[in-house]
Amino acid sequence: MSRVRLLVGTHKGAFVLNADGARKDWTISSPFFAGWEVYHMKGSPADPDRIYASQTSGWSGQVMQRSDDGGDTWQAVGNKFAYDGVPGTHQWYDGTPHPWEFKRVWHIEPSLSCPDTVYAGVEDAALFRSSDGGQTWQELAGLRQHGTGPAWQPGAGGMCLHTILLDPTNPERIVIAISAAGAFRSDDGGQSWRPINRGLRSQFIPNPTAEVGHCVHHIARHPSRPDTLFMQKHWDVMRSDDAGDSWREVSGNLPTDFGFAIDVHAHEPETVYVVPIKSDSEHFPLDGQLKVYRSRTGGEEWEPLTKGLPQSHCYVNVLRDAMAVDSLDSCGIYFGTTGGQVYGSTDGGDSWQAIARDLPAVLSVEAQTMP
Amino acid sequence: MSRVVRVELPAHLCVLAGLGREVEVSVEGAVTQRAILDALEAKYPVLQGTIRDHTSGLRRPFLRFFACEQDLSHDSPDDAVPDAVAEGREPFLIIAAIAGG
Repeated sequence: MSRVRLLVGTHKGAFVLNADGARKDWTISSPFFAGWEVYHMKGSPADPDRIYASQTSGWSGQVMQRSDDGGDTWQAVGNKFAYDGVPGTHQWYDGTPHPWEFKRVWHIEPSLSCPDTVYAGVEDAALFRSSDGGQTWQELAGLRQHGTGPAWQPGAGGMCLHTILLDPTNPERIVIAISAAGAFRSDDGGQSWRPINRGLRSQFIPNPTAEVGHCVHHIARHPSRPDTLFMQKHWDVMRSDDAGDSWREVSGNLPTDFGFAIDVHAHEPETVYVVPIKSDSEHFPLDGQLKVYRSRTGGEEWEPLTKGLPQSHCYVNVLRDAMAVDSLDSCGIYFGTTGGQVYGSTDGGDSWQAIARDLPAVLSVEAQTMP
Repeated sequence: MSRVVRVELPAHLCVLAGLGREVEVSVEGAVTQRAILDALEAKYPVLQGTIRDHTSGLRRPFLRFFACEQDLSHDSPDDAVPDAVAEGREPFLIIAAIAGG
């Protein structure tokens, strides 16, 4: 029988949750890397028992972990992320030049075909790749050095590279996103890059339609339509149908188009999920009611999903990497909150149940569908 | 000449490395902070980058080095540590700041 494994990174450790295909009864592991922030964990599509985790702390910096047995045991792998050459400067919050400094790994993206190849998106923004199972990391410096880097600036959470999308139909194409610089694409396996932000509009930068400077929060897509991208920006939900060459707003009837998480149904490429958040200063849902919004039309028309979610006195946030889908016949949707809850739906979002209620603040959720 | 130096680790690094609170390392030549940390990282590679920044080689800001009731954090990494540490009578303490949440 199929089963689902959730990889939950939190403010104070990592948790592995398992359930059979019914997804009603979940086992929750004891915390791994207890006391450390786990920004992200992700399994290899080529070998689901190969999982990578980013473990970080203010005291001792970055540690990378790897499991070869589905998260039961872990070994520390390489944690040296050295920028290529003299890294130069980006903009600081006050607009002054600030030297690039490695801080942490925000997002891990294993190769679609090779368990030993994995990408890491880091703060200060850069993309690294390992070809030896995480033992050593090399920067794909063409991103940081393509020319716009000195104009990038940190968002409130830091200047992080948080989204890495590998194209299942074109191994040379990679899309990444940085807060607050925007989205970028490579069509040659990560050697050269260009901004793909045409159509984005951001009032917080001097030129709202500038080539870079946009605070992209997350991008998602369906693997069968790699050129269709859905973006949750600082404000605005956006859509591209040409791999990011151009974007149009699809916020439609959302009650607020601020938010962090966005994801796409596993079997319906036009079904998209977001969690609207009141504003960029109030990082909680409108009216204390936690609602996922679903569009079955690829944006513009959105419906609130509330069954099983708290509808009063709820003031949690759902962070950018904290939503995931499984690929069982009835698609499962999962998200974690800064209040330590993990919610799941086995009916495409029509109803929800709390899988975990009292974890540390959830930073990331990934779902693995096991045969 | 090789000396055995005692090093006390903060709790989170004990867990990371699977070690007890105090470990012993052999230091060749002059016993300095740099020599102690080089020996520690060579014996326990998982600690590389967690005490000193990989690139700059500098002590991480939220860790401090104490010994013999002295704060050695701002000494040169190439200064000799107190004799009691070099002779193994006192541990070299790596302390995590009371910080964070």
